[in-house]
Amino acid sequence: MAITYLDAIREAQARALEEDENVYIYGQDVANFGGAFKATKGLSDRFPDRVIDAPISEDAIIGSAIGAAIEGMRPIVEMQFADFSSIGFNQIINQAATHFWRTGVPCPITIRLPSGGTEGSGPFHSQSMESIYAHYPGLIVMTPATVEDAYGMLLEAIRIDDPVIFCEHKLLYYHLKAEELPKVILPVGKARIARAGRHATVVACSAMVHEALRAARELAEDGWEIEVVDLRSAKPIDTDTILASVARTGRLLAVAESFPWGGLTSEIVSRVASEGFHLLDAPPQRLNSKDTPIPYHPNLWRVHRPTWQSIASATRNLIQL
Amino acid sequence: MRTDGPAAGRDRFVAAFQWMLLARTFEDKIAALYRAGKIVGGVYLGRGQEAFSAALGMQLSQENGDVFAGLIRDQAGRMAFGEPILDSARTYLGSVEGPMRGRDGNIHRGRPLRGMPAMISHLGAMVSVVNGMLVAKRFRGRTDVVGGAAIGDGGTSTGAFHEGLNQAAVEKLPLVIAVADNQFAYSTPTSHQYACEDLSDRAAGYGIRGYRIDGTDLETCLETFAEAIERARRGEGPQMVVGKLLRLAGHGEHDDARYIPDELKAKPHGGDCLLLAREQLLTKSWMSEDQLAALTAETQDKVEEAVARAQSEPDPNPFRESWHALATKHLAEGTPAAD
Ligand SMILES: Cc1ncc(C[n+]2csc(CCOP(=O)(O)OP(=O)(O)O)c2C)c(N)n1
Repeated sequence: MAITYLDAIREAQARALEEDENVYIYGQDVANFGGAFKATKGLSDRFPDRVIDAPISEDAIIGSAIGAAIEGMRPIVEMQFADFSSIGFNQIINQAATHFWRTGVPCPITIRLPSGGTEGSGPFHSQSMESIYAHYPGLIVMTPATVEDAYGMLLEAIRIDDPVIFCEHKLLYYHLKAEELPKVILPVGKARIARAGRHATVVACSAMVHEALRAARELAEDGWEIEVVDLRSAKPIDTDTILASVARTGRLLAVAESFPWGGLTSEIVSRVASEGFHLLDAPPQRLNSKDTPIPYHPNLWRVHRPTWQSIASATRNLIQL
Repeated sequence: MRTDGPAAGRDRFVAAFQWMLLARTFEDKIAALYRAGKIVGGVYLGRGQEAFSAALGMQLSQENGDVFAGLIRDQAGRMAFGEPILDSARTYLGSVEGPMRGRDGNIHRGRPLRGMPAMISHLGAMVSVVNGMLVAKRFRGRTDVVGGAAIGDGGTSTGAFHEGLNQAAVEKLPLVIAVADNQFAYSTPTSHQYACEDLSDRAAGYGIRGYRIDGTDLETCLETFAEAIERARRGEGPQMVVGKLLRLAGHGEHDDARYIPDELKAKPHGGDCLLLAREQLLTKSWMSEDQLAALTAETQDKVEEAVARAQSEPDPNPFRESWHALATKHLAEGTPAAD
């Protein structure tokens, strides 16, 4: 029986609800309806008191989750789309993120962000916000790229005593499949070598890992061996694994779906440049979406975001530098 | 808490007056220290709002697990609810022994595990946090706890306030929201803040009970909050109490409040609640001039002692600071811990 990325997210929540009575789910349309993407389907039948529909009030949804977490609950908040977390931004960055540091009382909330672009979704249902949240002290930002990580990291997110921004990619929901749920997972904070290589390192997270893997297969036909590092979490960044990879390949391309100004790819390039300059045989490169809002039409959207084609081309350039 | 018997009304009034006096005395001291350059950062006073604030804080019960979320003008309510005077003094003076350990200051303080969430500056944001604390208690079978949350007239214009109040109403939470309509938000008069006749009119829109009272009259404040708290505790859902009063200070001590016309002080709700309560104590012969003088001296001593102690305590040491924002230490980025 194949399990999708979305199934894994649902199963992780089911298990968390089962194992810990402090866990509850709060978000728009999450109860009977099972969520806009069906990530909570069936859960309110099993846990009727702990899967709760919320009004369209992202600020209050997150604010109340924070209040409950202060009291020892472990709320899982579903934002209907990552993009709408902007309405709860204040509660996330000023209330949740500062709480432990200010008061010494932990704030264990998990905020699930259905993230990233899909065809026809346009400027307000497509955003990747990991760079924004990673900027703020006090938050952990997870960006799972596999079914195994969607499951294992979400369970871990719920157990962690800090606020976790869980960026799950909508493009992976239905298509990405695994044979079974994982028994063990790599610890949070560790990146994963998704494909070993020796000519260049491509660092990516979430859906971009799959684009990078496809690009690596493409380049393999010409004899280039590209190493793909799956970051797994945008914060913390596993700088050690990235540096170790660059030590093997001498070349770096950092890829992310988010906007190009600053952010995750800049952070990776700057860390490698400052801590591993001597390892580099070529200037480190980065590839992001274009610096415009995310377009609606598939013709435009496909070119706006990094794809396996643009990653392959950027990697070919990098190898020749 | 209320006690029964014929002396109950007097005892409640006197107790509230004592908290009001303590808060006023403490804030006068902090303001003096501010003028002397002894306070880092801003100082915001609750002058004129002590009756309204204390009446809520005092009638909630910390022992019962109630919550009191005070804002910038709630020195009286915080103390009456159970915040130790040392917590206030230490936070204003940056003592490392205080609950915020120099990481945050002045009114941004609290002890969340004792029902006192630590406000963030962003107005309106604490309402839903109190909701969540009440939700957590309900999950644990506690429906007899009440959460009090303070807000000003300006704060009611935020989206967060609206979202929070609507959420509390939808979830039928035992929330008492205390709106101190002090006629100004910083320099902005209420004519530029809201267009309804009275903020309590909004209660109907949320489907909750609203009260509109003279926030300068201690007895009215005590009676109204007693009723609101009792109704919330009985499961009647959120209660919105709007108190009309006047801010008798600058927005902060940096502000001379030139924009507040003097004649407002002579108009309804423009009086000083502390002086009014004092007069009533004398009129009703609940306290004599001598007793009041003794109480004032005793209160002064309490304040001096707390401030002196906080001043003698160490400031935070940047070299001993951990510089990590996470509870999960091994996932923290940045400078390694000094210790
Ligand atoms: C969301 C937000 N915007 C602006 C401010 C800056 N600010 C702090 S207090 C204040 C005035 C608040 O007025 P009101 O809510 O009426 O309370 P009062 O100060 O009169 O007690 C303002 C504008 C803030 N703290 N939060």
